[in-house]
Amino acid sequence: MNFARFILQNHGQVLELTLEHLWLVGISTLLAVLVGVPLGIVICHRPGFSKPVLVSANIIQTIPSLALFGFLLPVPWLGARSDRLAILALALYALLPIVRNTYTGIRGVDPAVLEAGRGMGLTDSQLLFQVELPLAVSVILSGVRVAIVISVGLATIAAAIGAGGLGEFIFRGLAMVDNRVILAGAIPAAILALAADLGVGWLEKRLRAQ
Amino acid sequence: MLGGHMPAEATTPVIEFRDVFYRIEQVQILSGLNLQVEQGEILVLLGRSGSGKTTTLKLVNRLVTPTSGEIRVHGVPNGEVDVIRLRRAIGYVIQDVGLFPHFTVERNIGLVPRIEGWSEVRIRARVQELLEMVRITGDLASRYPRELSGGQRQRVGVARALAADPGILLMDEPFGALDPLTRDELQQEFLSLQQRLHKTVIFVTHDLREALCLGSRIALMEAGRLVTVLSPREFLESADPWAAAYVRAFGDALTSRGNRSKS
Repeated sequence: MNFARFILQNHGQVLELTLEHLWLVGISTLLAVLVGVPLGIVICHRPGFSKPVLVSANIIQTIPSLALFGFLLPVPWLGARSDRLAILALALYALLPIVRNTYTGIRGVDPAVLEAGRGMGLTDSQLLFQVELPLAVSVILSGVRVAIVISVGLATIAAAIGAGGLGEFIFRGLAMVDNRVILAGAIPAAILALAADLGVGWLEKRLRAQ
Repeated sequence: MLGGHMPAEATTPVIEFRDVFYRIEQVQILSGLNLQVEQGEILVLLGRSGSGKTTTLKLVNRLVTPTSGEIRVHGVPNGEVDVIRLRRAIGYVIQDVGLFPHFTVERNIGLVPRIEGWSEVRIRARVQELLEMVRITGDLASRYPRELSGGQRQRVGVARALAADPGILLMDEPFGALDPLTRDELQQEFLSLQQRLHKTVIFVTHDLREALCLGSRIALMEAGRLVTVLSPREFLESADPWAAAYVRAFGDALTSRGNRSKS
């Protein structure tokens, strides 16, 4: 296990890049949740918007990540700092699963429950916060989970524009034709993705049980 | 206002439909509905699927807004009052019950009192009272709806509708999905409950037996029109072709039942 020795010898840098990676993924996911969940709620209640919004999110998803990073590079404020740019790009990719699952989750609430709630005199916001969101929460979380797993993978590419993260090792290893260095980036990234998947999955299950 | 009972003169009906028409796009759902519901009666809306019964019911709590005409509740056109206040003063029970699956029985029943800002102590006392009223034992209070039988769920649905002590109850085939024995049981319990509570009830059903058993009066609907309003006894003897058709359709099953029905 050559690469294990490499990681041990460079554990400081591995840790640093892992934290950087987490930062990129964490902030971009947070951003995507803050935008995506409200957006998903809006398109549930304004059905006219649902198609354009979901189609746009879909299209963003199809843009190759390296190209998206490249496109955003010349944008004034964004291009100034590569981590800023990487976070925005990652958030854009995370949008689709979050918006879509929010939409699906809320649309999946039993119509009889909504009718009863409305008939009992719940206001729209009471209906949203006490009924629709709690009932949709596990579906929304499974969207967040997908978004995080995608982001952990994509964030490695952010190193190409100098945003840091575990991709640094991967690109460096590619340039050096040194598998140990590539693995030093790839394996922690894989572990991060697995851990996030399990963690959010656990949360999802706990919330669904109620 | 809506909340309490108005010391209304006996002449003011609790609910009144005046020349109500309702149309979705080109389809006429209700045509020229005129109907009055008096304090303390159970008015049954009887008719086949698509006859407009459910729409009529939903007009009262404004889940449906009429194309023309008005609905008065306690003498006030219901379009002129705040819709949330209107609905909280009217109990609503539907066939699919619509209990909140993520709330316990207790929280389901206490929801309207809670959002009305009652104190916890008062809510708890009220929930206990209601559970006894609908004969749900206390140990079920902390269960979730999925852990209850169909009959129990519907009892909880009734309790929830009664929680804030509304003067009016709207019931849309509440016992329609239950097995015959449970249905019978719930009908009888509902009757004895009503003898104590004297709510003003509109009850939708397509089951003539249920209509005869529960109704003070039966309003027969067909294709968006009110055909006739009769007492159960009158209904059985009616010469009206639609009423007669209904009686024929239910056939012999009725005779024993009809004689027992209260006058």
